Amino acid sequence: MDEILEILEKDARTRPEEIAGMTKNDAAKVKQAIKKYEKEGVILKYKTVINKELIRSEDAEVRALIEVNIVPQKDLGFDKIAERIYSFPEVASCYLISGSYDLLVVVEGKNIHTVSSFVAEKLSCMENVRGTVTHFLLKKYKEDGVVLKRREENKRIAISY
Amino acid sequence: MSDIISKKVEKIQPSGIRAFFDLVLGMEDVISLGVGEPDFVTPWQIREAGIYSLEQGFTSYTSNKGLYKLRLSIANHLKNRYGLEYNPDDEILITVGVSEGLDLALRSIINPGDKIVIPTPCYVSYGPVTELAGGIPVYVNTKDYGFKLTPRLLEKSIDKRTKAVVLNYPANPTGISYTRKELGELNKIILKHKILCLSDEIYAELAYDFTHTPFASLHQARNNTIYLDGFSKSYAMTGWRVGFACGPREIIAAMTKIHQYTIMCVPITSQMAACEALHTGKKDIEEMKREYQRRREYLLRGLGSLGLTCVRPAGAFYLFTCIDKAGLNDMEFARRLLKEQKVAVVPGSAFGNGFDNYIRISYTSNFDNLKEAIERIAVFLRKL
Repeated sequence: MDEILEILEKDARTRPEEIAGMTKNDAAKVKQAIKKYEKEGVILKYKTVINKELIRSEDAEVRALIEVNIVPQKDLGFDKIAERIYSFPEVASCYLISGSYDLLVVVEGKNIHTVSSFVAEKLSCMENVRGTVTHFLLKKYKEDGVVLKRREENKRIAISY
Repeated sequence: MSDIISKKVEKIQPSGIRAFFDLVLGMEDVISLGVGEPDFVTPWQIREAGIYSLEQGFTSYTSNKGLYKLRLSIANHLKNRYGLEYNPDDEILITVGVSEGLDLALRSIINPGDKIVIPTPCYVSYGPVTELAGGIPVYVNTKDYGFKLTPRLLEKSIDKRTKAVVLNYPANPTGISYTRKELGELNKIILKHKILCLSDEIYAELAYDFTHTPFASLHQARNNTIYLDGFSKSYAMTGWRVGFACGPREIIAAMTKIHQYTIMCVPITSQMAACEALHTGKKDIEEMKREYQRRREYLLRGLGSLGLTCVRPAGAFYLFTCIDKAGLNDMEFARRLLKEQKVAVVPGSAFGNGFDNYIRISYTSNFDNLKEAIERIAVFLRKL
């Protein structure tokens, strides 16, 4: 992966001037490269990782991982039905996977009730959906490479040879 | 007290910057660019291997020389990486870091009054450990030669009492390193005068600009080189205290003799973890190395924009920075920077005489800290 992408993936706040400093590059060239990545859709979005366990409980969300069995459509395979599913705003992630079911859908909602209603009223009754199994998420330990726990400060001594 | 403490120990001067270190340790919220160890935590699978070894009940002594499987892994690693061949039976000794390895090497070869050539600036222990072993350190200031020992400087510093030269590359505190050609030239002098080379290559895996050449891999160098390396810097394992020394059988046997009576063996947990590091740690080294490289470029540019210059380091994680522009000596610079802007650096005089217009800056800190530190140094310089 290009170094610019690697740096931004680690910290999206890194400014082009800083990336230029780190990579012995020219700031204008870095800016240009980032623009190109954005235009090509290589860079889709800049996000912040928030540990929602630590924010007020009324803002907390419920997540469920749903195994979905579907009947693929002629000529379109799984893509069309996947699109119909992931277009719902309740769907946070959607993956086509190998194994005993076809799609793994991550659904987010205010509470168990909203998630259940989505599964019962929207997802399960869709044409081509043969069945679903819902797993409510109880605790998140790590997400996208980030451990969701404040780590203790590094205990190095402040000065050494 | 003077009757109680040995003359040899009493003669060793306590470091002049100890008081400054105490000052740093007593202050809160300091951004420290003065740390001589990685900011990364030991990669998980290595820590996990240590934990697992404890769970399995590996809590005993090991062979004095160290676990055979670790010595074998080191032998394989050196062969695959550098084409260097050492017999794990009697040419490799596991030590408590390079520090112990160097101490053992010096104590094994020095007779009272023997001289050891030490290019400066250098890591703080080389001189005192030489003196404790009964030797005489011959310091060679390399400032005017890009902080590198040249064949001429080396030859000029050798006389009939010279026993060895200590090399360290990539170097602490300058980050300089030597190309194969440069090392070859030094080796010619070493061979000509039949002295030993004690080669501290603890930063070997952190060589950024050109491939690292172990001194022992040079033509005819193996028999008069003691190769010292370890896991501390490359695998972020400073606290585990595992290093190794490789060399001719007779020297390793002599070093093992001292080691067995003083240390017995390196803790088994650390040795087990080091085995894991050699087997699975390559990817982690690469990742950390890339990060250090970026920080190096960033700081070189940042310091340069403030008019602070340093020799471009080819490895390790230090910038030996000239502070002439500030018009202060190193101690004053470091003390005031700490008090006024809460940024800690190490005064250059810690690394030898004649470096009081230098400070050592470590880039073992994350980008947020480095950015903040550069801003604070800029404010500090403006207010001078």
